[in-house]
Amino acid sequence: MGVEGIGARVVRKEDKRFITGKGRYVDDIKLMGMTHAHFIRSPHAHAKVKKIDSSAALKMPGVVAVLTGQQIVDDKVGNLICGWAITSKDGSPMKMGAWPAMAPETVRFVGQAVAVVIAESKNLARDAAEAVVVDYEELPAVADVHAAIKSGAPQLHPEAPGNQVYDWVIGDEGATDAAFAKAANVVKLDVTNNRLAPNAMEPRAAIADYDAAEEHFTLYTTSQNPHVARLVLSAFYNIAPEHKLRVIAPDVGGGFGSKIFIYPEEMVALWASKKVGRPVKWTGDRTEAFLTDAHGRDHVTHAEMAFDANNKITGFKVKTYANFGAYMSLFSSSVPTYLYATLLSGQYNIPAIHAEVIGVYTNTTPVDAYRGAGRPEASYLIERLMETAARQLKVDPAELRRTNFITQFPHQTPVIMAYDTGDFNASLDAAMKAIDYAGFPARKAQAKSQGKLRGIGVSCYIEACGIAPSKAVGSLGAGVGLWESAEVRVNPVGTIEILTGSHSHGQGHETTFCQLVAERLGVPVSQVSIVHGDTDKVQFGMGTYGSRSAAVGLTAILKAMEKMESKAKKIAAHALEASEADIVIENGEFKVTGTDKAIALPMVALAAYTAHNLPDGMEPGLKESAFYDPTNFTFPAGTYICEVEVDPGTGKTSFVNFVAADDFGRLINPMIVEGQVHGGLVQGIGQALLEHAIYDANGQPVTASFMDYAMPRADDVPSFNLSHTTTLCPGNPLGIKGCGEAGAIGASAAVINAITDAIGKNNLEMPATPDRVWRTIHAA
Amino acid sequence: MYQTTYHRASSVDEAVSLFGESSEAKFLAGGQTLLPVMKQRLASPSDVIDLGKIKELQGVELSGDTLTIKAATTYYDIMTNADVKKAIPAIAHLTSVLGDPAVRYRGTIGGSIANNDPAADFPAALLALGATVKTNKRSIAAEDFFQGLFSTALEDGELITAVSFPVPAKAGYEKMRHPASRFALTGVFVAQTKSGEVRVAATGASQSGVMRVPAIEAALKSNWSPSAIDGVAISANGLLADIHGTAEYRANLIKVMAQRAVSAAG
Ligand SMILES: Cc1cc2nc3c(=O)[nH]c(=O)nc-3n(C[C@H](O)[C@H](O)[C@H](O)COP(=O)(O)OP(=O)(O)OC[C@H]3O[C@@H](n4cnc5c(N)ncnc54)[C@H](O)[C@@H]3O)c2cc1C
Repeated sequence: MGVEGIGARVVRKEDKRFITGKGRYVDDIKLMGMTHAHFIRSPHAHAKVKKIDSSAALKMPGVVAVLTGQQIVDDKVGNLICGWAITSKDGSPMKMGAWPAMAPETVRFVGQAVAVVIAESKNLARDAAEAVVVDYEELPAVADVHAAIKSGAPQLHPEAPGNQVYDWVIGDEGATDAAFAKAANVVKLDVTNNRLAPNAMEPRAAIADYDAAEEHFTLYTTSQNPHVARLVLSAFYNIAPEHKLRVIAPDVGGGFGSKIFIYPEEMVALWASKKVGRPVKWTGDRTEAFLTDAHGRDHVTHAEMAFDANNKITGFKVKTYANFGAYMSLFSSSVPTYLYATLLSGQYNIPAIHAEVIGVYTNTTPVDAYRGAGRPEASYLIERLMETAARQLKVDPAELRRTNFITQFPHQTPVIMAYDTGDFNASLDAAMKAIDYAGFPARKAQAKSQGKLRGIGVSCYIEACGIAPSKAVGSLGAGVGLWESAEVRVNPVGTIEILTGSHSHGQGHETTFCQLVAERLGVPVSQVSIVHGDTDKVQFGMGTYGSRSAAVGLTAILKAMEKMESKAKKIAAHALEASEADIVIENGEFKVTGTDKAIALPMVALAAYTAHNLPDGMEPGLKESAFYDPTNFTFPAGTYICEVEVDPGTGKTSFVNFVAADDFGRLINPMIVEGQVHGGLVQGIGQALLEHAIYDANGQPVTASFMDYAMPRADDVPSFNLSHTTTLCPGNPLGIKGCGEAGAIGASAAVINAITDAIGKNNLEMPATPDRVWRTIHAA
Repeated sequence: MYQTTYHRASSVDEAVSLFGESSEAKFLAGGQTLLPVMKQRLASPSDVIDLGKIKELQGVELSGDTLTIKAATTYYDIMTNADVKKAIPAIAHLTSVLGDPAVRYRGTIGGSIANNDPAADFPAALLALGATVKTNKRSIAAEDFFQGLFSTALEDGELITAVSFPVPAKAGYEKMRHPASRFALTGVFVAQTKSGEVRVAATGASQSGVMRVPAIEAALKSNWSPSAIDGVAISANGLLADIHGTAEYRANLIKVMAQRAVSAAG
């Protein structure tokens, strides 16, 4: 309805403040009497902390306190938790070592904090930190998964012998083995999914403010889910009961998953604020971001796929080693299990799947969910394997996929997920048409005549979003429910506030969520505002990740809207002396259908609040809330195809074309969806060509700055050609599937498939740097 | 950053005398190297002497066969300068692929060569073109100026005032960009002087910084064409190796970039 309703390209309301520098981020906030924290971090990947001497530092100007890991343990601040319990194949629970907010005895990765200096300014805190003498006894370290599981490898935690967190399986091993026994062809592939550093533009930051009179804490933090932060800080870390802890996540400059987690710095800031009796601020710098923001990916996988004589897949076997880093981060355990192995069926009919996932500790930064979380790893594996199979079976890669597509819905995969709807042929067709797939051989020949190697690569991804049905995830070990809540407040003058538990840190909720209201009431989006990110304002919420804000968060808003509309219609009917059933809402008015009798929304709102003439027994006011728990995951899917040219002299890849045909269900704001896809594709291309968080054998990070860690830039990526082939999601009333992660999930396989096609060699690891591609071309 | 005292000099003489009066001074030009290092607390000058407002250090002059670029001229000003584009377009091209826009707006030729990063672009141009570095005290041939990684012939407190380049008959620069930093993973500058001498310099490649490449010079001397380099063997010994490029890869790049630079030079 209207020019600003669902499907309209409404310009982002929030951009005025972002573009004019008026965004209000944590670091912009200054409180009276605020002190500044600087963390003292381990330069060693593995060491015993023998002694911390802060006597000289304490005498320096402006120093308020130097606090250590032993003190935070003594004060009974809880260890960091992992919120998803995974059970190994032998029935034993996952094996976890303790993770205190600052290390009292042992450090296990470079960058782990051992102490903190609190001072009058950031610079004074940093000066004093240099005077704190930490006596370490270095221990042998291990950074690589394969090295970590060898016997005799340095051991990280006594609780986890062999550095093994779990050995988890899914699927039917017997049925899978039987499929392989009868296979006409078996295709094998080893792949590494490279470790990534998330690098949100805004580094993490926190300000903690303890009010001794009220025994109340306020925490300003860079969080994707302030309510979850409050829950965890209160229930597990003993900071304060929930009613004595307010968590505010104001403008947040990107998260990509890395700001889901509650980090040691937030815990320390809260605890320290009470200890020193003043507000404590910490703003991380880029080096700290590289060292301490949870990394993403880092899988090593061997996979085999069985085909019958008609090139139909009959079985799929996967063994994956997942590097968790030195500690189990908040949702880390679920990423290579329930967010990865449950997607191993891809877009294909696969009768039998068996996967084994071994989680491993190493002396590296903890790894957790990063844009796509498990699904990029699954999609990359399957789509590399499909391409490998097409080459080995000598069939067209698009045709091989078509032969195996799931076409009947709902479809129960052998790995838990039940796909509700989709049309995989439609997105493949759209992408093939957009890139002129049929004309590729001629273009390849043309490029060859100019000394260039041209390749084309297909990637048909599927993901599970709209996270998630609470009961289902609960039965799989999740420690929380994954519903969302919303509240609609109509003010007496008819303007509307939407309170939501979703959190916007780049997604554009302040625009899209208003569009739903505009759609339903026919009011301009300027009359609606979105309130989020503050536990004192919004009662509860699960936050934003897993492409859930529209599918789950917006549906909760819809439910609350429906309740509000129902009451408003009663008030309108009463005022217009009509039957409630005859009231329709159009252009901001409540009308008696088929007549010219109408009452405007502000008058209905005013009537609700003056309460002079309400239907008998009706409560005053116009405010409703709702909780929405999804019934299933949603399944965005699509096809990405890219065409590349490789320079044989330098190994450098450049893009000729990149097309994306996505099925996201209903689009609220196509412009914002395109922005999400662009960003996701760039992250996927970044993983494929540029990004890699590398450690040396001793656990020293090699890529802890932008001078070494290659982030994708505008000139590294092409202009994208986007389209949509839509099937509406039957699981939620708006038919939304979600679009936040798709690009990052599907892009990397398309890129590597294209490069390996161009160079005529199948095995190529990410990132496909010019050096690596050149060596692969020229390898014997 | 540690505490430091900032000075804005208005002349070369003032800058040099301020330097002499301080205990551990540093000249500050574009700040694209010095400031990040100070922020990381890897440098702690007592005094910082800003050269940015000294008029005599700004600008480009073309007189006869000599192109002179003053030390504090920014990359952007070099890249867009009509005399540079006319006399030595390869320098304009080099500047256009140096770093990113922010770096090009602030960074200066003087800062670049004083710093002598082994992957910086300008040292290759100076060496291949046989340029002369002018300081407040003397003139130094490029050959003598660059003395290995981050080290130059400059004495403590000596200030670069300009670089003068003999205008060549032909010149070209091609660079494989480092994917993260945009410095040269390997860059090669080829030049043919008006007297017919061929000089080739590679940056980003050697463990000892910018270097001449005699084998390619010899090949081009007898036949100025990309194909002349086909048969040249470049050894990987002594070349840099890191996560972005093996020594063998850099050896390959020296050849490939030289060939492309010759093509670009015409
Ligand atoms: C992101 C990034 C990318 C970059 N990419 C590239 C690249 O692709 N190629 C490249 O070549 N460089 C690159 N650089 C480095 C850049 O060129 C620097 O600008 C240059 O190294 C230093 O020049 P500056 O004017 O900024 O000097 P400053 O940082 O101000 O000074 C550097 C040093 O030179 C000294 N100095 C400065 N001027 C003089 C003078 N007139 N006389 C004597 N000493 C002086 C200073 O005291 C200091 O020690 C990059 C830098 C960054 C941050």
